[in-house]
Parts: sequence; C-alpha cells; structure tokens
Amino acid sequence: MNLDFSQIVPYIPFMLKGIGATLKFVSISILVGFILGTILALCKITNKPVLKWFAAAYTSIFRGTPLILQLMIIYFAIPQLTGYDIDGFLAAILAFGLNSAAYVSEIIRAGIMAVDHGQTEAAEALGIPYKPMMLNIILPQAIKNILPALMNEFITLTKESAIVSTIGYLDLMRRAQIVGADLYRNFEPLLVAGLIYWIMVVILTKIGSMVERRMRYSD
Amino acid sequence: MIKVNNISKTFGKNEVLKNISTSINQGEVVAVIGPSGSGKSTFLRCINLLETPSAGEIWIKDTEITNPKTNKQMVRQKIGMVFQHFHLFPHMTVLENITYAPQKVNKLSKENAEKIAKNLLSKVGLLDKMDSYPNQLSGGQKQRVAIARALAMEPEIMLFDEPTSALDPEMVKEVLDVMKDLANTGMTMIIVTHEMNFAREVANRILFLDEGVLLEEQIPAIFFNQPSTVRAQEFLAKVL
Ligand SMILES: Nc1ncnc2c1ncn2[C@@H]1O[C@H](COP(=O)(O)OP(=O)(O)O)[C@@H](O)[C@H]1O
Ligand SMILES: [Mg+2]
Repeated sequence: MNLDFSQIVPYIPFMLKGIGATLKFVSISILVGFILGTILALCKITNKPVLKWFAAAYTSIFRGTPLILQLMIIYFAIPQLTGYDIDGFLAAILAFGLNSAAYVSEIIRAGIMAVDHGQTEAAEALGIPYKPMMLNIILPQAIKNILPALMNEFITLTKESAIVSTIGYLDLMRRAQIVGADLYRNFEPLLVAGLIYWIMVVILTKIGSMVERRMRYSD
Repeated sequence: MIKVNNISKTFGKNEVLKNISTSINQGEVVAVIGPSGSGKSTFLRCINLLETPSAGEIWIKDTEITNPKTNKQMVRQKIGMVFQHFHLFPHMTVLENITYAPQKVNKLSKENAEKIAKNLLSKVGLLDKMDSYPNQLSGGQKQRVAIARALAMEPEIMLFDEPTSALDPEMVKEVLDVMKDLANTGMTMIIVTHEMNFAREVANRILFLDEGVLLEEQIPAIFFNQPSTVRAQEFLAKVL
C-alpha cells in the first residue's frame, strides 16, 4: 500500500475546474430536460391519441436504453450520418437533456396527477379554459410534488455525468484520468474525484431537502 | 329554463340514469334526494356537462347543451356549482379564489372583480377572511367561500351537490342559511341534499331518485307526508 497524494497537489486546480464543467452541462441538461419534459408530460395527459402515443414511445425508448449508448450515438453516429462534427459539450447536453426529458416528464405527469381531481372539476365548472386552468391552478399545486423529485433527478444526472468522459469532454472524471495518466498513478486522482463527487452530491441533497421543507411549509 | 328530455347515462355496463325527464322553471328551487348511489350526483353533473349524458337532451333556455357542437365553457359560465368537498384553490387567498374566474373568463378588471367579490363576501359574512388561505378556514367558512366563488360568475342556475355533507354538525346551519338567502333572491337552484328539513322548507319541488329512475316528482308537502311509492316510503322512514 503506497498512497502518495503530494504529487497530485499541483494538479488540484486543474481537477477542480472539472466541477464547473460538470455542473455547467448538468444544469443546462436539466433545463433542456425540464422544458422538453413539461411538453411531454402535457402530451401524456391530453386526450389526443397521437400525442399520447408519441410521448409514451419517447419515454420508453430513452428509459429503455443505456444513457452511454445514447451519448455515443449522438457523438459518433450523428457526424457519420450528417457530416456535422458535433462538439463534446453539445453532444453531452443533447444526450443528457433528451434522456432526462423522459424521466422529468414522468415526474411532472405524476405531480399533475397527484393534484386532487376536484380542482380540475371546480375550474371546469367555472368555465375556465384548459390553458389558464393548467397554468394557474393545476401546475402551481403540482410543483410541490415536482420540485423535490426534480432535485433527485439533478443529483442522479450529476453522478451519471461521469460517462461524458468517454467522449473526451473535460469534466471532473476525464480530468482525473488525465492526471492519472500524467503521473502513472491512478488511485489518488480517482480518489480525489470521488471525494469531490461525493461532496457535490451531499450539498445538492442538502439543498434538495431544504426545497422540500419549504414546499411542505407553504402548504 | 331547464328541460331534461329522456336522459340516460351509462358507465361501462352500469346504467346510472334511466330515461329521466323533468323541467325546471326560472327561480325554482328543486331538491334531489334518494339513497346513496342512486345517481343524484350524476344527474346534477349532467346539467353542467361535467358528465355527458349517453342519450337524451338537456335544454337550457334556447340552447340544447347536449348537442356536441355546444361550447361547454359558455354553458358552464352561466351555471354555478358547489361541491361536497368545496374544492377551493388552496394556493390562492379567499379573494383570489373568488376573483380569478371573473377576471379570466368574463374579462372583468381586477377592481371590478374585487368589488363584486367583497360584496359577496359580506353577504356570506366572511369579508374579514378575504386575505386568508382556504386551509385557515373552517369547513362551513370554506363552503360559504365556495358559494361566493360560484356566484361571482353571476350564474343563472346554481347546482349544489351535498353542500353540507362534509361539515361538522354545528356548521351546517351557516351554510344552509346562505343558501336560503340565495333562494329568496329568486335564484334557480338544484340541490342534492340529505337535509330533509331544509328540503321541506326551502324547495318548491322534490325529485326522488332511486337506482337511476326518477320515481317521484312532487311538492314537499305531499312528498314528505304521502309519498306514493314504497321505495320513497322506505327511504323516508330511514332518514326522518
Ligand atoms: N365516473 C364514474 N365512473 C364509473 N361509475 C360512476 C362514475 N360516477 C358515478 N358512478 C356510479 O354511478 C352510480 C351513481 O353514482 P352517483 O351519481 O354518485 O350517486 P349518488 O350521488 O346518488 O350517491 C354509482 O353506482 C357510482 O358508482
Ligand atoms: Mg353523490
């Protein structure tokens, strides 16, 4: 057992930059996921069969195949098909955004379904049209159920994000590998990366439970 | 004002309303009574199209509302509904609950909507609660707010589905009093209720439903004293 952390000290700033890189693409991905997921969720709860079918198929495909496969297809297969040389950041956002849209749409759908059906009936009985009913009456109540679950999805994405190292995107994981190759020592940089991931997740979890408490308080 | 012609309603194989016909005049107060599961709620909900009858027609004034081409929202704007479980919007204050639909649907200005709301709140005795949220109110107060919310749309007909069934006994009277006042203003009202004394006192007519059939249609004095069917006699023996 010979662990030597002194050698990686100069590399620490290089590794820390990976936090920003990781959080940046995870944040944008979840935003993309949220917007697409909301649209998909609305498709799922309409009574238009075509939209319902599309949303169900989308969700099934993106949840039924490995994320790393989706990432590879976007990064390697799209250039082959279209000749467009997609850059790593964009590919990562696309893969994670499209993938999390599937999960987020389920979170939002469940959040909307959990709102008492009497709310819809009361709004309908008042003659309120569908769109303002959704926007002003149902969604504000659904958000209480949605936000905590969305926070969990953010945490999951943060951990899963390490797979973007496979397409060369300079996230925390990739940087740990580079340092390892430089030093011919892999254990220490991976351990440091693991520690950083763990701290990020702990902080996000804390924020998550704060959000949850807030939501419960405002009931 | 309301004409119901031979409506039926089936859920799957379950025939919940069987060939019901009646008509209700402007300003009339009609109480719908009958055993649980006899189709009272379903009948009421057909009138504002929360349920669509499987057969038959419903006319309100000169409009056949059961015609698929009829705009449901337009129909509902003129019909207020009060539910057993209130269904106030929990994230809005009392005032916002009442002013939302008039602003959104009738395009009233905020000032106008609030003026109407405050007027209604003082009528139901809750002006001091206008900035409260529903979860800060008692059941009786919630139901009075729900009535005010429906009235703010200036409906021509009011539907009540067991408005006092979810209330503690000491709160029933405050809600019934508000409904009595409303009846005295000449509002057309259809009330599903288990409050027999209220029905006897306030209603012009009783509709007795049993297993989806409109068994009796009678003025209260006759219905409560000499019900003509055995089913009504049995029902009254149980509840009176
Ligand atoms: N949306 C629905 N789907 C299926 N069955 C229903 C639905 N609504 C009511 N029913 C059935 O219709 C019957 C009458 O219900 P309801 O009108 O609520 O009776 P009441 O109000 O007199 O108690 C019941 O047997 C009930 O189970
Ligand atoms: Mg009922």
